[in-house]
Amino acid sequence: MSINIPVSGASQSNEMYSLRVNGQVHEVKDAWIGESLLYVLRERLGLPGAKGACEQGECGSCTVIVDKQAVCSCLVMAADAVETEILTVEGLGPDGALTDVQSAFLSEGGVQCGFCTPGFIVAVHHLLENNPNPSDDEIRESLSGNICRCTGYGRILEAVRTVADQRRNPS
Amino acid sequence: MTSTISSTGQRHGTLGTSASRPDGVTKVQGGFAFSSDMWADNMLWGATLRSPHPYARVLAIDVSGAYAIDGVATVVTAADVPGKLTYGLIVQDQPVFAAIGDTVRYSGEPIAAVAADHPETCQRALAAIKVTYEVLTPVTDPEDCIAGTAAMIHPDGNIFRHQRIISGDTSIEGVIQVEGEYEIGMQDQAFLGLESALAIPDSGGQGLEMYVATQWLHEDRKQIADCLNLPEEKIRLVLGGVGGAFGAREDISLQVHTALLAMKAGRPVRISYGREESFYGHVHRHPAKIWMKHHADANGKIVKIESRMVFDGGAYCSTSPAVLINGITHTQGPYKCENAIVDGWAVRTNNPPCGAMRGFGVVQACFAHESQMEKLATAVGVSPVEIRLLNAMETGDRMITGQIMDSVAPVAQCIRETDAIPMPVPLENSADLRTIPGGTGLTAQPSNIRRGVGWGVSIKNLMYSEGFDDFSTARCRISNGVVTIKFATSEVGQGFTMLAQQIARTVLGVDEVILDTIDTQVGSAGSTSASRQTWMSGGAVQAACHAALAQLFDHVATKFEMTRSEIEIDGTDIMDRLTQRRVSVSDAISEIDIDCTEEYHHPPTEDLDKNGQGNCHVAYAFVAHRAVVDVDPELGLIKVVQIATAQDVGRVLNPLAAMGQIEGGIAQGLGLAVMEEIIVKDGKVRNPSFTDYLLPTFLDAPAVEMVFIEEHEPKSPLGAKGIGEPPCISVTPAIANAIRQAVGRELPRVPIRPYDICL
Repeated sequence: MSINIPVSGASQSNEMYSLRVNGQVHEVKDAWIGESLLYVLRERLGLPGAKGACEQGECGSCTVIVDKQAVCSCLVMAADAVETEILTVEGLGPDGALTDVQSAFLSEGGVQCGFCTPGFIVAVHHLLENNPNPSDDEIRESLSGNICRCTGYGRILEAVRTVADQRRNPS
Repeated sequence: MTSTISSTGQRHGTLGTSASRPDGVTKVQGGFAFSSDMWADNMLWGATLRSPHPYARVLAIDVSGAYAIDGVATVVTAADVPGKLTYGLIVQDQPVFAAIGDTVRYSGEPIAAVAADHPETCQRALAAIKVTYEVLTPVTDPEDCIAGTAAMIHPDGNIFRHQRIISGDTSIEGVIQVEGEYEIGMQDQAFLGLESALAIPDSGGQGLEMYVATQWLHEDRKQIADCLNLPEEKIRLVLGGVGGAFGAREDISLQVHTALLAMKAGRPVRISYGREESFYGHVHRHPAKIWMKHHADANGKIVKIESRMVFDGGAYCSTSPAVLINGITHTQGPYKCENAIVDGWAVRTNNPPCGAMRGFGVVQACFAHESQMEKLATAVGVSPVEIRLLNAMETGDRMITGQIMDSVAPVAQCIRETDAIPMPVPLENSADLRTIPGGTGLTAQPSNIRRGVGWGVSIKNLMYSEGFDDFSTARCRISNGVVTIKFATSEVGQGFTMLAQQIARTVLGVDEVILDTIDTQVGSAGSTSASRQTWMSGGAVQAACHAALAQLFDHVATKFEMTRSEIEIDGTDIMDRLTQRRVSVSDAISEIDIDCTEEYHHPPTEDLDKNGQGNCHVAYAFVAHRAVVDVDPELGLIKVVQIATAQDVGRVLNPLAAMGQIEGGIAQGLGLAVMEEIIVKDGKVRNPSFTDYLLPTFLDAPAVEMVFIEEHEPKSPLGAKGIGEPPCISVTPAIANAIRQAVGRELPRVPIRPYDICL
């Protein structure tokens, strides 16, 4: 990419594109073409739930779902995500209600500083949709792309077990 | 409002229950405002230019290229600092920016900062600033500083502090002697929520408001005010949401830079570090080299300890003098011993600056003394548990500083309770590959794996030391039937906001407790560090609530004709014990205004004298760890199978939060044991990223089996001890001892790398 592409909003004529996020179409105007999906979600679309903590796909804080795949939104170019269905943590619960995964993170103590939490919540939803009955080792492996520095993962493991159990045995 | 009573008879949300976090719902929904989510109209982005050299003289700085870029609003350098040119927690020896003619002293030292309309514009502006350096040879070996052979790299000299401890009968020789030289690598706090601050200048340009992720709002404000030459009251600091801290936010990082840019630009400015910059922008855990020699009698009773500790503080002072004192005063660990000769140094080099990290000097000392205890057990011919029980410290013991242990000290109980935790099942040939060293890489057969068991036991001081009055302040208001608590205590993830509500609910008998904004509009709370906020800010909140309660009781006694001396809170009622008359708290507070602010101070401590004698610490907590580790000796890969632990917590105030602190601390101690290290070569960091600095993942985290030792601490306002630091201290040597047992090597250094095991 040429270093001469202007990034300043006022002085350019970048093409507008649109992203479909949480079922709604958002137009992205005056954006620098090099912006990541994470940046556009957070800084342009008012969806700060996805977090940036490593910017190289190592920590999972920025996890969102793109066409049913869990991805690190820091590694996806926003302009490359047109014509996809994007789901972020803000779109999981209907009308502000907590999902079962969100409730279990609270009841089982899976939240401390909370910076990794939105990425984890999205990743756990993705895991349980694809594997409703995971073993502890499967939980650990499938969430090993999400770093948590506060909890040591013990209460998060408990939260995932709780949701899997609730879904198997709805009360 | 009805109250829920748990099966244990405790009202939900009071002390002793797993109360809900007040920030929990927004955190799971992604709406919680971390400092890096803050935004203001007309906001500019800021970024920092840093030196690539660990030691160089700055000959010229030309910022004209940055101003030529469209979208750049302003640039600041040392010439733009209106007040004090330096900052620092203990000694203000760190320049805000390296000035022309001065030297940069570490790779990553700030030279200038820019503010522009887009983060990418900022990066281009930084690239357009021309700095001319005269590169100098860095001082990187602490021993050269101690010997006096290194070049003087700062006007204050190369020694931050030298302190000895000479205690008891130093001529005693043990019939059994064991010694070793140990090394601890540089660990990073690696909080996930990167450094971020938003500064909004007042319209008149005479002050500013800042949203910062920090551990100590008032100390930040003081340092910012000094550098900006503003009165402190012209700066309002508000806690931006903090994504973990672990010590790394105790020092100034981007606060002064952000404020300078905003004041010069006359517009809001936010600086948010990326991960690489974070590695340069905050202090780390001190790397240390420790020689230690234990003398014991034939039974293994320790009779004398000799030690020399060298902490590399890097380029600037930060908290190095206090870290050193923590290290040397914890030389003996949680064991009886009055005779000691300890020589401690904290020195300045051109390596990255080091300061606070969870454990604060005690992590380093503990790795040495627990490695020694393993050698002592072998030399005496007893088990690791027996040697530790034989020497276990008790309340009333005289320590090597002359201080008498006057905290609850259940060391033997911690060891016994840990020992009683069942061992994990043996590794089977059919084990899931994810649970063995090397994982699904299929690098080892279960039959070739060796299992080791290791122990670590530790002591940790609580609160600040050496005469420092780290008080805390809290305010309790009751108005229109609403209870509001205010404090400046940094909530960094540990859950103090939850605890504050629990205290208020318990003391005042209410269910609803509003928390006011955490900012500098109330007195200081001190730092969220040193395992101190439950004790200190918990004490302040409790005191403010009790003061408000006293006024409420006065009111109730008059209005409802109760006997003032016989009134007490009973659940959510106020009750007269004599008449059994009751009035609900909600009714009692409906038409009264109460406003109480209280400070909590711990008992004073003393400086150490030249022989390291003095009552320098406030209180202590203890913990035992037993690690079970599987090792593939051929490739040096390991898997920590289980950590068993019993921790002296005083009193459990919130079981879920306590479990979270213990499991989280263990993961960080595991990181130091086998994977985490900032690799520094010739003064340069070689791995400033999460790709190259490895952190424990879900798969690396062991099963944790824990026991809380609850013996209420009489000195503590809530009966509880701080629990944040102990979990990460002795787990590191416990894991190292397990690996040593499995492979029969000394392994004197952490992190233990694969090639340490297999080559």
